[in-house]
Amino acid sequence: MIDQNLLFTLITAGVVGAAAGYLGSIMVLRRLALAGDVLSHVALPGIGIALVYELNPFLMAFVFLFAASWLIWLLEKRTNLPTDALIGILFVASLAIGVMIIPELEELGEALFGDISKIDFLDSALAVILSVLVFIIGSKIYKGLVLGTISEDLAIANGVKLRKINLLFMILVAAVVALGIKVVGTLLMGALIIVSGTAAKNLSQSITRYASLSTIFGLAAAPSGLLIARAYELPPGPMIILVGIGIFLLSLFGRK
Amino acid sequence: MSNEPILKVENLNVAFDGNKILEDLSFEIKKGDITAVIGPNGAGKTVLFRTLLGLVPYSGKFLWQDGVKVGYVPQRFIVDRHMPLSVNEFLSYKGGRNKIAEVLKWVGFSTHDEHHLIHHLLNQPLGVLSGGELQKILIAFALLGNPKVLLFDEPTTGIDIGGEETIYNLLKKLRDEHDLTIIFISHDIHVVYQYANNVLCLNKEKICFGPPHQALSTEELKKLYGAEVGIYSHTHK
Repeated sequence: MIDQNLLFTLITAGVVGAAAGYLGSIMVLRRLALAGDVLSHVALPGIGIALVYELNPFLMAFVFLFAASWLIWLLEKRTNLPTDALIGILFVASLAIGVMIIPELEELGEALFGDISKIDFLDSALAVILSVLVFIIGSKIYKGLVLGTISEDLAIANGVKLRKINLLFMILVAAVVALGIKVVGTLLMGALIIVSGTAAKNLSQSITRYASLSTIFGLAAAPSGLLIARAYELPPGPMIILVGIGIFLLSLFGRK
Repeated sequence: MSNEPILKVENLNVAFDGNKILEDLSFEIKKGDITAVIGPNGAGKTVLFRTLLGLVPYSGKFLWQDGVKVGYVPQRFIVDRHMPLSVNEFLSYKGGRNKIAEVLKWVGFSTHDEHHLIHHLLNQPLGVLSGGELQKILIAFALLGNPKVLLFDEPTTGIDIGGEETIYNLLKKLRDEHDLTIIFISHDIHVVYQYANNVLCLNKEKICFGPPHQALSTEELKKLYGAEVGIYSHTHK
C-alpha cells in the first residue's frame, strides 16, 4: 500500500502545480513573469513571523502576499509609479525583513526551498479546496484578463471591470504562492508559476490549448519532480523546478 | 439622412489632475451621420471618445438616444505575434458562431468557403494578422455587440484591407447597409472631405462643426492646427 504521507504530498504537489500553471499562463501572457517570481518572496517575512510566534505559516504567508498585492494595486492607482518598480521595492524590503526575522538558518532554508515532507492531511485538503477555487474563479475572469492584456481600453469599453478582476487575480496568485511555499519554497515558487506557462506558450496558438497545457505541465512537473527527488534522495523543491525546466527545454523543439 | 439626433452633447468638460482636456463642448450627432473628429495631437479627441463611452469622469452632459448601443474600435494596437489567442477565440468572447460569420461578411471577409475561412483566418493567432485584417477583425468585434453607433479611433489611412477597398469605404458601406452612425477620429483632412458628411474640429474646445465644406475654412484650420498646417502654409525657417 502506498504510504499515506506520500499520497498527501503527491496530491498537494499536483493540485498546487496545476493551479500555479493555470494562473501562470496569465502571468506569462501579461509579461508579469518576473513580477510573479518576485512577488513570491514577499511571503518571507510572513513565514518569519509565523515561526517566531508559532502561527500557521501558510496563513501568515498568505496575509503578507495579499497585503503586498493590495498595496501594489493601491499604489498603482494613487501614484502612477510603475508596477515593476513597486514590486521590486517590496521584494527587497521583504527579503531583508524576512531574513532578519527568521531566527534559525535551518528554518530559513525551509522557508526558501520548501519542505513538502511535512505535509499532513489538513494541508493537503486546504491545497485541494483552494486550488479548486482558483480554477472556478480563474475561469470566470480569464476572458477579461486576456482582453485586458490585448488592450485595456478595449476591455473596459466592453464592460470588463479590469481593476476589480486584476485585484481578484492577484488574490488568487497570493493564495497559490502561499500554498506552494511548502512544496517548493518561496525562492522557487515563482519558477513553478512561470515555467509551465512559458513552455505552454511555445506550443500553443490558441488560448484554450495554452491554458490547458500550462495546467497539465504544472500538474505533471510537481508530483514527478517529487518522486524523482525521493528516489535519488534529492531535495524535492529544486527537483520539481528542474522537471519544469526540462519540459520548457523540450517545448522549444515544438515552437510554433 | 434623418434629422433625429442620436447623440447630444452639452457643455461637456473633462479635466485630469486640474488640466482641462475638453472645455465646454456642445454638439449634436444625427442618426446615420459619418462624423470626423479632427484636431492636433493632444486636442482631446481620444478623451472625447473615452468620455462618450463612460470611461472617464466628466461634468456637463451627453445623452445617447434611448437604447442605443455603442461599438468601439480603439486605436490600433500591436498584438504580440506569439500571443496564443486565435481570431475565433477573440471573437467568441463577444458573440456566437452564427453572429461571427455574419459580421465577418459585413466587414468584407469572404465566408463562402468555410474551410478556407477557418483555416486561414479563424484558427490563426490574432498576432499574425496584417494591419488591415486586424483592423477589420476589430471592427467585427465591435459589430458583434449589435451597436447602432461605431466610435472609431483613427482608422489607419493607406492600409490595404483587400483590393481597392479602404477602411473608409468599409465604414461608409456599414453606414449604408446596416444603418450605423459613425464617428471617427482622423489626422487626415483629405479623408474628411471625401468620406464624412459632418466634421468636429477639436482643440480642447470646439473650433468648428458642420458639413466639411462649410465648416473647414482656411481660417478655421489655422485656428485648429496653428503653424502646423504644413499643406496650407508654406514657410521657410
